[in-house]
Amino acid sequence: MSSPSYAIGVDLGTTHSALSEIELDLSEGEEVAQQMFSVPQSVAPFQVEARALLPSFAYIPHEREFPAGSLALPWNANPPLLLGGLARDLGAKTPTRLVSSAKSWLCHPKVDRRAPILPVDASEDVARISPLEASAAYLAHLGQAWDAAHPGTKLSDQELVITVPASFDPAARELTAQAAVLAGMPGATLLEEPQAALYAWIARTPDFRSQLTPGDLILVVDVGGGTTDLSLIAVLEEEGRLALSRVAVGEHILLGGDNMDLALAHAVGAELRAEGKMLDPWQLRALAHGCRAGKEALLSGAAESDYPLAIPSRGRHLIGGTLRATLRRQLLDRVIFDGFFPVVPVDSRPRHQERGALTELGLPYARDAAITRHVAAFLHRQLDATAELPGFESARGTFLHPTAVLFNGGVFKAPGLMDRLRDLLDTWLEADGAPPLRVLEGADLDHAVARGAAYYGYVKRGGGVRIRGGTAQAYYVGVEQAMPAIPGVDPPVRALCVAPFGLEEGMTADEPPQQLGLVVGESVRFRFFGSSVRREDVSGSVLERWTDEELSELGAIEATLPADGASPGDVVPVRLSARVTELGVLELSAISLEGERRYTIELDVRSD
Amino acid sequence: MSASRPSFFVRFSLAFAAFFRTLFDADFAAGVRDLRLPAPEPEPEPVPLREADADAAMQLLAALQRKGRFLDFLGEDVSSFSDADIGAAARVVHDGAKLAVAELFDLVPIRSEEEGSEIELEADYDAHAVRIVGDVRGQPPFRGTLSHAGWRVAAAHLPKLAEGHDARVVAPAEVEL
Repeated sequence: MSSPSYAIGVDLGTTHSALSEIELDLSEGEEVAQQMFSVPQSVAPFQVEARALLPSFAYIPHEREFPAGSLALPWNANPPLLLGGLARDLGAKTPTRLVSSAKSWLCHPKVDRRAPILPVDASEDVARISPLEASAAYLAHLGQAWDAAHPGTKLSDQELVITVPASFDPAARELTAQAAVLAGMPGATLLEEPQAALYAWIARTPDFRSQLTPGDLILVVDVGGGTTDLSLIAVLEEEGRLALSRVAVGEHILLGGDNMDLALAHAVGAELRAEGKMLDPWQLRALAHGCRAGKEALLSGAAESDYPLAIPSRGRHLIGGTLRATLRRQLLDRVIFDGFFPVVPVDSRPRHQERGALTELGLPYARDAAITRHVAAFLHRQLDATAELPGFESARGTFLHPTAVLFNGGVFKAPGLMDRLRDLLDTWLEADGAPPLRVLEGADLDHAVARGAAYYGYVKRGGGVRIRGGTAQAYYVGVEQAMPAIPGVDPPVRALCVAPFGLEEGMTADEPPQQLGLVVGESVRFRFFGSSVRREDVSGSVLERWTDEELSELGAIEATLPADGASPGDVVPVRLSARVTELGVLELSAISLEGERRYTIELDVRSD
Repeated sequence: MSASRPSFFVRFSLAFAAFFRTLFDADFAAGVRDLRLPAPEPEPEPVPLREADADAAMQLLAALQRKGRFLDFLGEDVSSFSDADIGAAARVVHDGAKLAVAELFDLVPIRSEEEGSEIELEADYDAHAVRIVGDVRGQPPFRGTLSHAGWRVAAAHLPKLAEGHDARVVAPAEVEL
């Protein structure tokens, strides 16, 4: 591997992916030569255009759908999958061949993420792909496009950073790292998206040091196309220098801007239906596009009270066939403000409405669409997040008080939503006697994550402020207690801590002293838990009971000990060991006490 | 001697001699004819005009149709529709065509001044980029009012085309199965 000449940041987003590059030779200190890489992609059959964003959509074409060679890319005459803008456009009319939201499937613990399951409602002659393969395909496209544009330089030789949601569990992170390996980027480091957003702010704010003071607590609210991601980053002083530490991350919330636009489209569509005008799914999507533009215009003051919408017909008769609709301010307020950003007291919590028993295999979308309630719950749950930090007063009031906020994600292109959330946070703070928030300004909402990731790759090589993080949760393995079997009653489970909170890249956790017996030659599954609040537990801590607030169950993990040397069915005593790789992936292994052999424990196991 | 101007009598006899010699000497007559005709103009050099690239034009047409339903709009008989219907369709065309053009071209105004403001054109102004109209006379620098700031394509990003592309298909027919 030759010495890298670029630091590359890849934002592998739910709805869009992007790549930013920093030329290392031209950068010095805080003077950084950075740009977004325009990604060539099919925009129509036979036509390839470079765009700043690669829509994260894959289309599996029928063999007779397009003329031979019409989907050729500069680096591949016959790509098996069609990715990007054309894929998304085609999928609007042929949804059974479109893979979307692969990233959300990648962190869905209830499905086998290596199995060909996408598109979920594909017909039988579509060769489905796995969420892992889809993610790898987006990365490979970016990598091959970059290589083609930089002759003589290979992306895999560069300092490469790929972003993941802060709320991704260890299995989803590991799968992302594996997708990078499949895409020919084995050395990619993972970085949490809200951290990347803050790096991007640092990179574009020359006087960021004067804007941050020790004791500041930055709330990053990142609402992307498909996910909402929350993080808290504390500003510290270490040996007289500014230091940043990511102290808490929120739960995985499958809820984003696309949901809002679709909700608006359904509301406007319902009004049209009342007038007897029916929309097909393609028109509904066109309407959602229009609603996004309308939302941004109305919430930035560019439009007054009504935004006219036009939904084109599919046939040639455009003029008579175009449906007219209006996005009224009142409807927008009801759907977006009341639905997604309602004014709620700080002690409100997301509602967990029970779904019908026969839920289809689908994505676990957030059950409560109110982002403000998710934020309230997060700040309440993390009340003690800064308790141990030097320079922070002990918590007072009912929730943790951030002092600054950084907004990120395309949703906030509608400035009214930023104002709404900030005003509400200020109301909560004021009620607790805390000062109002400062907004960290100047974010580049579409590209900040990719830019920040590249900047992180740059500062990792030397100098510059780094955000320390480590694991955002402590991790526990469920160990069944020995007791006589009682029909209908599960044996009680204790949680054994195997990795403490804040385990940093390249660090190995102390081995818990407890020994476990693993059966040789069989796969043994463990329940696996994470806690985003139990900062004090160390490896070996055992919990007899816990609340749902404290510990949440993640997907099962699985250990398989080969039978070599022992006869199948034998029980081998092991200790569990946890480390975080240099690339930011949690690794669990079982170490047999006889012979000191190490067996990897799989984190991404389908729980059924 | 030949440079001197002949006297009347010399000219008189020369005229007679020339008359008869022209009448009976065909070669001499040809010389007199050539003397009388104005010198022929040199053949004008043909001005080569470039063929515009039809493929690129059709590509633009395809983009306007794909994003903004441009051809469908032009294909309609607007006289048979109400302004409201035309207006709704015009939104589709405007939104889409604007996006299509923005994706293909970076457009910048040629003059940065406000339209309506007084500006001065230097002696070496670019007549290609600035057109003078109205009371056109005298020599630059010219003073005048900027009535249109102009447009210039700062960069074009036409899609790259794969081998085998038939640019004439600007909108494929669509069949729902």
